[in-house]
Amino acid sequence: MSTLLDVRGLDAGYGDFQALFGVDLTVREGEVVAVIGANGAGKSTLLGAIAGLVEVRAGEILHRGEPITGLPAEAVVRRGIALVPEGRRLFPSLSVEENLRLAAALGRPGPWDLDAVYALFPVLRERRDIPATALSGGQQQMCAIARGLLTNPELLLLDEASLGLAPAVIREIYATVPRLREQGITLVVVEQDIGQALQVADRVCCLQEGRVTLEGRPAELGRERIREAYFGTAA
Amino acid sequence: MSEFLQILLSGVLLGGLLALYATGLSLVFGVMRIVNLAHGDLIVLAAYLILLLVEATGAGPGWWLLPVAVLMFALGWLYQRFVLERTLGLGLMPPLVVGFGLSIVLQNALLELFSADTRRVPAGGIETASLALGPLTVGVYPLLVFLAAVVLLVSLELVFARTDFGRRLRATADDPVTVRLVGVSPRSVYALAMGLSFAVCGVAGVLMGVWTNFAPSDGPIRLLWAFEAVIIGGLGSLWGTLVGGMVLGVAISVGGWIDPGLQMLFGHLAFVAVLAVRPQGLFPARGGAA
Ligand SMILES: Nc1ncnc2c1ncn2[C@@H]1O[C@H](COP(=O)(O)OP(=O)(O)O)[C@@H](O)[C@H]1O
Ligand SMILES: [Mg+2]
Repeated sequence: MSTLLDVRGLDAGYGDFQALFGVDLTVREGEVVAVIGANGAGKSTLLGAIAGLVEVRAGEILHRGEPITGLPAEAVVRRGIALVPEGRRLFPSLSVEENLRLAAALGRPGPWDLDAVYALFPVLRERRDIPATALSGGQQQMCAIARGLLTNPELLLLDEASLGLAPAVIREIYATVPRLREQGITLVVVEQDIGQALQVADRVCCLQEGRVTLEGRPAELGRERIREAYFGTAA
Repeated sequence: MSEFLQILLSGVLLGGLLALYATGLSLVFGVMRIVNLAHGDLIVLAAYLILLLVEATGAGPGWWLLPVAVLMFALGWLYQRFVLERTLGLGLMPPLVVGFGLSIVLQNALLELFSADTRRVPAGGIETASLALGPLTVGVYPLLVFLAAVVLLVSLELVFARTDFGRRLRATADDPVTVRLVGVSPRSVYALAMGLSFAVCGVAGVLMGVWTNFAPSDGPIRLLWAFEAVIIGGLGSLWGTLVGGMVLGVAISVGGWIDPGLQMLFGHLAFVAVLAVRPQGLFPARGGAA
């Protein structure tokens, strides 16, 4: 499998505050990588830096071998890297379908169009004319994922898709992961709650206070080491 | 009674022009959260532009309406891209100051070029023609301006509601960070919104130039009317802006009927009255642009 995304020695932050310190992450085509870590560990910062929203201070980000470090977000998405942001961030003035059309208007060719995302999440078709933020939390998450898919990404970055959702809804959302893989999409999923993420992930990367503390295949690492890396040695 | 109806009618028609003053201001505020303090001066600038064009070519102002709007669009786009964009992310004050600066530059440039004399755009008699409507008489020109305002507002509303551009505009107003994730550049949306705002100023300026006398220092009062119409109507709603313009227009017209010196005062009183009773305006939008 060829390397799709290569993050090397990444330092990133906000103003005077540095949130990531020398982070390395390799994502190969077709795999699902889970990035886990406690609240404030820097997971969203990492995805934001890849997506072009967060300023990179040092290190580089390579997409298919080409540097995309410092590329603005609106250019990164054109290369096929889509971020589904934490908290969904749907546009409240737009209906469900308008949120989706906005992303489709990017015009990146690929398998995802309105019909395809409605087939993946039929409830969105039923509720397409209501304001996006009037959806339930789980449906909002579906809408946010659908919006990301409509940019026809080859790499989808999913930030805390399960946040605030009931277990049944989380399962429903994670049940779409195999369908996305079938369409050739590579995934990076960020979670605080490690259970769901480890089930779908080929590899896991653990962040703690802005540094990678563990990286590898979940089965080989074992629950215990992952738990340790997640909570720190004190736990 | 019919005299009072006459006053009401002319106030309502004046409201169309005031709504046009207000539309671009409301659009820019809705999308960028910026009050463009040069807004009124841009309307006056457009009036001088049409005056120059009409005097130089002899063609009536109607022929030049679209070219002036296009030219103003280009100016607005350039102004946003090369001037105002530099204040992005610096907080509330810098864009206000830049707008204030532009206002002063425009007023002084117009004064230098055209002197302080009041001017009016000749329109070949249409501005004085009138129609009998039962016991009332309607000025043909105010009626045309009102219709033009309604058509323009309906078109803009359709553009905002139905087109890709409209969705980009509303989404950017909602969340200028997240739109970037779907490939929308807020900077280019801002430039288009500013262009559109200038273009509407262009139309308003041309229509105003035929309606009434104007002078280089008339911008700030236009800005004030625009601001009041937006607030009376309720932020973020074009229909509200039209109604806001009509409320102001009627107040001005009633004031002028009592005593010509009371026009302004009555307009401002209507504004204060609405603000006191309904601070959110008459028809506040459910959130979103324009
Ligand atoms: N916009 C921001 N401005 C300043 N600091 C931020 C901002 N976003 C996150 N941080 C800080 O960066 C660190 C990492 O945050 P984040 O990447 O959101 O963590 P996680 O997603 O793992 O919970 C935290 O200490 C957080 O307080
Ligand atoms: Mg986070």
